[in-house]
Amino acid sequence: MKHLPLLWANLKRRKARTLLTLGSFAVALFLFGVLAAIQIAFNQGIEVAGVDRLVVRNRTSLIQPLPFAYRQRILQIPGVREVTFATWFGGVYQEERNFFPQFAIDTPTWREVYPEFVVPPEQWEAFVKDREGCVVGEGTARKYGFKVGDRVPIMGTVWSGLWEFTVHGIYTGKRQEDDVSQFWFHYSYLDERRPFWKGLVGWYVAKVADPDRAVLVARAIDERFANSPYETSAETEKAFAAGFVKQVGDIQTLILSIGAVVFFTLLLVTGNTMAMSVKERTGEIAILKSIGFSDVTVLGLVLAEGLLVATIGGGLGVAGAKAFTLRGDPTGGMLPLFYFPPLDMVKGMLLALGIGTASAIWPAVYAMRLRVVDALRRA
Amino acid sequence: MVRVDGGGDGALIRVREVDKVYVRGGEAIHVLQNLNLDVERGEFVAFMGPSGSGKTTLLNLLGGLDVPTEGSITVAGDEITAMSGRILAEWRARHVGFIFQMFNLIPVLTAFQNVELPLLLTRLSKRERREHVETALDLVGLADRMDHYPRQLSGGQEQRTAIARAIVADPTFLLCDEPTGDLDRHSAGEVLGLVDRLVHEHGKTVLMVTHDPRAAETAHVVLHLEKGVLVEAGR
Repeated sequence: MKHLPLLWANLKRRKARTLLTLGSFAVALFLFGVLAAIQIAFNQGIEVAGVDRLVVRNRTSLIQPLPFAYRQRILQIPGVREVTFATWFGGVYQEERNFFPQFAIDTPTWREVYPEFVVPPEQWEAFVKDREGCVVGEGTARKYGFKVGDRVPIMGTVWSGLWEFTVHGIYTGKRQEDDVSQFWFHYSYLDERRPFWKGLVGWYVAKVADPDRAVLVARAIDERFANSPYETSAETEKAFAAGFVKQVGDIQTLILSIGAVVFFTLLLVTGNTMAMSVKERTGEIAILKSIGFSDVTVLGLVLAEGLLVATIGGGLGVAGAKAFTLRGDPTGGMLPLFYFPPLDMVKGMLLALGIGTASAIWPAVYAMRLRVVDALRRA
Repeated sequence: MVRVDGGGDGALIRVREVDKVYVRGGEAIHVLQNLNLDVERGEFVAFMGPSGSGKTTLLNLLGGLDVPTEGSITVAGDEITAMSGRILAEWRARHVGFIFQMFNLIPVLTAFQNVELPLLLTRLSKRERREHVETALDLVGLADRMDHYPRQLSGGQEQRTAIARAIVADPTFLLCDEPTGDLDRHSAGEVLGLVDRLVHEHGKTVLMVTHDPRAAETAHVVLHLEKGVLVEAGR
């Protein structure tokens, strides 16, 4: 700590250069935070997927439906404890950019299969009783200001026309990662009003008794409907979510590539800056050594300087990213779970400190090896 | 008493048969040759001689900044020529105060912070360090300039700050390399007066390299270096 004034004075020596270096760290760490939040948003489904749930969809594609009658037949397969289903509605609220996922759900079975979503019992009861009722996730409710009792008009895109719903409940997630952007309404209401695809559902979700046998149960489901007009593709919810993300692209690789390029560039920039800074101070380093600062102390001072820059710049970037993600999904619905978790904040700071150390190593070793007599002569 | 014949066994500084050879472009340059020197505690010794005679090299060797090719140097019973780099750095911090021609203050630190630097290597508390620094700056007449940066001081004041830095840790001896070389006559007189006070009032041992005969006059003894050999003792 007693060397801090010396370190601080060195940072203030060339303010513009220091500010630019701090800015490089801040921007890189801000980007790291945003990329981490994007990755979480994309992997959300994978992370929260239930280990005891299978998603059963039409073998041709997810947008092709399955018969309503399959529910009973899936329930009869050994190992299946409960089956629910949902259908994608795809409507918009007021204008096209107000997008959030709306599902027509099987009301009696939904909560049994998705216990992580919590709805107050009296709200659920009110929802069940009202054919035009709906339950909204707290994220969407907060975003659009929906309250219990509100009438919410949704413009259908698959099934056209204006669909009006009454909000009877606001659901929350048991975990921070749970998706609280969904909008549920009764499948019976959809099936009654829609002009086509009557008696069909979007997909089934089967809850299995033993997660260890989930793959076997999935195979049994597909075998049951093989060679039928509606063949199925059953897989664990985790595999389904991973496949869904893959359809968008290899987000993980993309994010890693961007991050690697940014941090490698940061390493080069800060390494060059540190090297220049130490070179300029050759004479002063010699003076410190003549006073009695050991080679190791000088090495430590230069490394500490790199760490100080990394801590301040990285801290600013991490704080900025946290502040940015606190405002929630910046895309208007594409990334419903958009946050920068504390663990990733710690990882970001460790990364910054690593870059700070790596960028200072070469100049620090140069300073450590500097011979006082030679340096004084040059100074 | 200063001796150059290698006969002062009880001296504070004992230099024995020191050679220093630099190799440049494949050619060996003998900067110091078979040099012997004994300096007692409290002596003020000036080294004079033409450029390239080895004065600064001798000072660097005495301060542990460089090592001789041959021979030994012992200060207060410690043979510094046998010390490793880390031990030598600790020894410098405890025993040597350097005063350079170009002052060599750290420009981004205040006078106070510059003087405090050697104390950062000690176990003194912040309060104790402050007391030491204030005493040193008071001694050189710069108590009212402690918050000034080097660029806000005159040349003479900068050198006096450098002297305060050299004495703040109460070293065994001071090494001055042309301390008045970059000063006007008036400032040089002030600095020499200060060095003289350190010797006579505080009992410091001072070894000074200088080209300035007036500066050399303030020393107890003047030694001449000629082509790496101590050839004459004066006064």
